[in-house]
Amino acid sequence: MPPAASEKVVDDLPVEVQSWIGQRRYTQLGEFDVERGYIFTSCASVQNGNPLYWDEKAAEVITGGPIAPPSMISVWFRPHYWSPGRSEEALALQLHFDLKAQLELPEAVMTDNTIIFHEPVRVGDRLRTTQILRSVSALKKTKLGTGRFWVFDVEIENAQGELCAVETYTGFGYRKE
Amino acid sequence: MSWPGIRFEQIEVGDELPELRVEVTPSTVVLGALASRDWRPMHHDKDFAQNRNGTRHIFINTPHNAAYFERYLTDWAGPLARIGRIQFRMQDSVFPGDTMVFRGRVEKVEVDDADCGWVEVAILLSVQDRVTTQCSARVALPRAEDDNPWRRRGEAWRPAPTATP
Repeated sequence: MPPAASEKVVDDLPVEVQSWIGQRRYTQLGEFDVERGYIFTSCASVQNGNPLYWDEKAAEVITGGPIAPPSMISVWFRPHYWSPGRSEEALALQLHFDLKAQLELPEAVMTDNTIIFHEPVRVGDRLRTTQILRSVSALKKTKLGTGRFWVFDVEIENAQGELCAVETYTGFGYRKE
Repeated sequence: MSWPGIRFEQIEVGDELPELRVEVTPSTVVLGALASRDWRPMHHDKDFAQNRNGTRHIFINTPHNAAYFERYLTDWAGPLARIGRIQFRMQDSVFPGDTMVFRGRVEKVEVDDADCGWVEVAILLSVQDRVTTQCSARVALPRAEDDNPWRRRGEAWRPAPTATP
């Protein structure tokens, strides 16, 4: 299928990477349910005292029960650092690491993040995610090094198939000068 | 029951959010990385950050940035405020020893076709007067005592009706 209008192909990209643009890849179920322990830890890490996350009555009245802070959306699909039977580190945002490997750019940072929030994520949910590459730039030189910018989406749904969020990341993969 | 926070009708374009200052330590960076299940070493291993990433220290990760922006918005707007979209660009990293300063300004107010009241807030995160991150957020606020943006579903919830700026 040819890329949609919002998806950009750069001529000097390896053919395999070109073929990824617009593809829905790595549809995965999160490794654990949304739970309050992580919600408390996240709120504590930024001193977020919003009663929605600390006061059960507030959560019941305002959101119909406990929900997770929207900004925690990526927490629920990041794999464990280790689990039984796993010999290599599992990586969240595998597409980002695939691009680093395929384009032979050993270092990478994220530069932009956009999140659109739909249905709230509720305690007990198990989320399903899909990664979609939107574009890869030509080679560019920055203060970090020479490399490429890439843009990809992560779509996140709950067990009912309701869209909870769409995250859009811009990554910059580079080689130090 | 009433909750702390502000209503849509109280907001005007140009309103400024209270400034927030946060002293960053290595614990700040590591706590945020672990809270967001980000095990990548540049967020907890100074040698790796310096030798592989070429940065001067470990640095705050992307979801931790997002969590700070959410806290900044809801500290101001209260628990009935519901974020529809958040967008940020990290121009530079934030390191231990930095003092983060968050400043925000209301850029736009509008009521959409579903009768939901929205404010667009521009936030600048600065360190030692250097802007490290620019953020734009679209937040729904209650329009009346009995309005609650969290009850909106389906067509009544339109977090991104137009292309992002």
